Amino acid sequence: MSDLKLAYWPGCVSRGFTPELHGSMAQVAERLGIELVTLDRANCCGAGVIAEHNTELADTLNARTFALAQSTGLAMMNICSTCQGAQSECQQRLDADSAYRAHINEALAEEGLEYAKDKPGFENKNFLWVLVEDYGLDQLKAKVTRPVAGLRVGPFYGCYIIRPRHRIGYEDHPERDLYLERVIETLGGEVVEYDGARKCCGFPVITMNRETSLRQAGTHIGDALDAGADCLVTPCPLCHLNLDMQQPEAEKITGRELGLAVLHLPQLVGLALGFEPADLGMGKHIASTEWVEARLAGGVPV
Amino acid sequence: MPDYTLKVRRYQPESGEGAYWQEFKVDLDPDLSVLDGLLQVRDREDGSLVVRCSCRAAICGSCGMKINGRSTLGCKTQIAEAHEQANRRNGGTEPIVVEPMANMPVIKDLVTDMESTHWTKIRRVTPWLLPEGDPPEREYVVPPESMIDITQSMACIQCGACVSSCLSLEVDPEFIGPAALAKAYRFVGDPRDAEARGRLYDLAQDPHGIYDCTHCFSCVDACPKDVAPMDQIMRLRRIAGDDHDIDDVNNGRRHESAFTKIIEKKGTLDESLLLQESYAQGVKGKLIPTPGAIKGLVGSLPTAVRGLRTGKMRSLAKLIPGVHEKLPGDAQEHVQRIYTHAEEHREELNLYISGEEELEPEPDEAETPTPEAAIEPEPDEEGGR
Ligand code: SF4
Ligand code: SF4
Ligand code: SF4
Ligand code: SF4
Ligand code: FES
Repeated sequence: MSDLKLAYWPGCVSRGFTPELHGSMAQVAERLGIELVTLDRANCCGAGVIAEHNTELADTLNARTFALAQSTGLAMMNICSTCQGAQSECQQRLDADSAYRAHINEALAEEGLEYAKDKPGFENKNFLWVLVEDYGLDQLKAKVTRPVAGLRVGPFYGCYIIRPRHRIGYEDHPERDLYLERVIETLGGEVVEYDGARKCCGFPVITMNRETSLRQAGTHIGDALDAGADCLVTPCPLCHLNLDMQQPEAEKITGRELGLAVLHLPQLVGLALGFEPADLGMGKHIASTEWVEARLAGGVPV
Repeated sequence: MPDYTLKVRRYQPESGEGAYWQEFKVDLDPDLSVLDGLLQVRDREDGSLVVRCSCRAAICGSCGMKINGRSTLGCKTQIAEAHEQANRRNGGTEPIVVEPMANMPVIKDLVTDMESTHWTKIRRVTPWLLPEGDPPEREYVVPPESMIDITQSMACIQCGACVSSCLSLEVDPEFIGPAALAKAYRFVGDPRDAEARGRLYDLAQDPHGIYDCTHCFSCVDACPKDVAPMDQIMRLRRIAGDDHDIDDVNNGRRHESAFTKIIEKKGTLDESLLLQESYAQGVKGKLIPTPGAIKGLVGSLPTAVRGLRTGKMRSLAKLIPGVHEKLPGDAQEHVQRIYTHAEEHREELNLYISGEEELEPEPDEAETPTPEAAIEPEPDEEGGR
């Protein structure tokens, strides 16, 4: 049994357009023995959009989330590259300047909250980081009951979990931009190298410049297909929206037939832990996951 | 001295051949740069290798190139570090991969055509001061504090690394791009410039302008001078939308204000409401939707309908704005109070300028150059940055 217990920020999209993510995370955490305490009073991180309007507002909103997590005495986990990025950006500003922090904390006082810098044990990490750094790949490996053997998986990180370099914590964790590869291997899968793994899915401009956005998504999916991928895996539900939900639109823009399954990270972990695709909500995806299922059932020649 | 292997992307147009890879062994002090390695190749082994450089100290901006896939300066990348980076994944003896910059044509070997993309785009943003009235008899006098805000964008050395790294440019060559937009902010933020509003309006009316950036942070990582072009683009958006009330052709401002309002009302994101509000606030009788907005709304319908079919959007109700739940208990009121508090000040903390306290870095490894150094770049003071 692991003794990991974490304050959990599921984000908005995992409870909206990608409910299969929230659902599979809950089941996978239970089977891994990670206890999650959901921060149900917490607010959206702002996804960088609120910061675009008013950085102080974004900083205060996220200070509130951190303070809620800190009041549980636990470290905090998110399941969205974008949450990770938007929240780390605010945390960096909050930590840099005590006068600014005090000013922000004024706005939290009425709710009885306070964000404290360097509170022992407090950190905010994406599930990917938790899995590798806190849970450990050895322990994960021991839990695997059905290795995803033969499955060719292309990693797709999402910008905010690997950039900007000065904010990701590479000093202490220099391999954070290699974790997806490590996890895929630990689960028994095969890593597919392709051009788009660390590029942008295009989601942030989907409403502003559809063509740029879908061309990005379509190009990466096409590159992964060319490299022989059976599926992609991502720790970011927003990337999932552009790569999966918008995939038919990306086909139109790029003029190329695609049809590549895109898995949320907890879904890939869940498959290796023995969950059935249906338990993990894979039927809710737009791009069919049948190929992945057939591969796992040994129905497709490698 | 240790040996390193450089795997260089070569292109010699007069040979009539296409581009090809060639490996070279160099023996170099680990503290020296990848550029030093290339120059050694040129001196000792192959005089035909073409690379552009001048200062060799990260000042002139000539030696932009891609090293192990990252856009950067050849003279600012230590060869030992580049070697380590090339071998992170598998360990062992992978070569250091050196290529010309991306998103611009290659002239020969590592030399790219800066004119056709970079300089054309820089000129696009009117990169000179447009002051009001006749010039004063002597220099313009402004309080130094009023210039601090733009020192970050002034630090640009026009190397093009950000342009090479830009993931939006990669699919949309018409995007004005990071270097030029950072330059635009340099003038928008200049207290002597009288045309800030006109500049912003222009950039907002160009569909490949400030709202064509996908917020990917590539340029932030690429820039050797900490200009953080993306941050300057976000400042341009903030000033255009919030200070000048400028609506843009990409619907970016509506999207931003719809998003911001929804969190105030609901605490978490209601995607359906976001779709409706950002495309067609006019439906509620407030603003008239632009033709672009209507096209966008219609364009997003097939996606929404497909989502409904697979059960991704759990019910039809998910498509009806307004059914999304607020935060529980009094949490929503507290979020609203935060809005009132923050909208009163809109304080913007720029760590490039203020730095990080309580850390007290060694002077020579300070993260941020002092504003003075950035205002008046002294070549030998900037060495190595
Ligand atoms: S980034 Fe997305 S998923 Fe994360 S909290 Fe914000 S809107 Fe929600
Ligand atoms: S890839 Fe796209 S959605 Fe994912 S983090 Fe980057 S910008 Fe966001
Ligand atoms: S953040 Fe914007 S400007 Fe910078 S590289 Fe990405 S898309 Fe280009
Ligand atoms: S912004 Fe930075 S990367 Fe871009 S041209 Fe200027 S110095 Fe080079
Ligand atoms: S040679 Fe001048 S910047 Fe590298």
